Amino acid sequence: MNLEVLNSILFYFFAALALVSALYMVSQRNPTYSAFSFIVTLVSLSVIYALLGSPFIAVLQIVVYAGAIMVLFLFVLMLLNVKAEDRVPESGRLRALVLVLALAFLAQVGTVFARARFTRPDTHFWAATREVAIVLFSEKYVYVFEATSVLILAALVGAIVLARRDDAKKDV
Amino acid sequence: MTTAALVSSSLLLSAGLFTLGVVGVLLRRNVITVFLSIELMLNAVNLAFIGLSRYWGVEDGGLDAQVLVFFVLTVAAAEAAVGLAIVIGLHRHKDTLDVDAFDLLKW
Repeated sequence: MNLEVLNSILFYFFAALALVSALYMVSQRNPTYSAFSFIVTLVSLSVIYALLGSPFIAVLQIVVYAGAIMVLFLFVLMLLNVKAEDRVPESGRLRALVLVLALAFLAQVGTVFARARFTRPDTHFWAATREVAIVLFSEKYVYVFEATSVLILAALVGAIVLARRDDAKKDV
Repeated sequence: MTTAALVSSSLLLSAGLFTLGVVGVLLRRNVITVFLSIELMLNAVNLAFIGLSRYWGVEDGGLDAQVLVFFVLTVAAAEAAVGLAIVIGLHRHKDTLDVDAFDLLKW
């Protein structure tokens, strides 16, 4: 019982933290602050994944997102020496329009989610690495898995080709 | 906390995060912040997958959602690498990160 209460407190705390840091991220002019705020969002989501019974994805979220992808972002931010947006970024009319559209979208999706009835009985759920791996390496996903490795290779080559300087082409 | 409460709150959180991502893409002028907002939307979808994975359980295909999240993470990593390479290329050509400056393909 006590563990249940602790679980709900942790869930709502990290859900609020994720929302607040995501809000800070989109309202921030300086992209470096946005990136650091997004790391807080990612870590909060990782805790929520663990509370939802998905430890494998929780660890993957930290390692791949907060580790690899965000380091890449910060690396580029420091490489380009990014400053905050200096000009007045958006007109008041555009901002109002975007906020109205966003609220309409949120109301729509929120209504669908709030009206959904989840009637299945409570069962124990713990998607440990072993269970996920058995599904991931089954025949069902063999082609998707191989296609993903090709995709990563293509991304690797593409990133190198796109990011190198033009005068480096002479050496090839 | 019952499974139903857990699942519906994570779906609502996912909707909120996705909306914030949309707002970021539409309002921000810095291409890196726009890119971060796209990543936020990907994360919101992942959260919906994980919540529904919890709902469907191990026997009824909940683990397929976990595999789907795994692939989304992989594609996001590849996308970040290529996207940031494009950002570096754009910055080299235009010397700015303002999305309004990148209008070469505008008709």
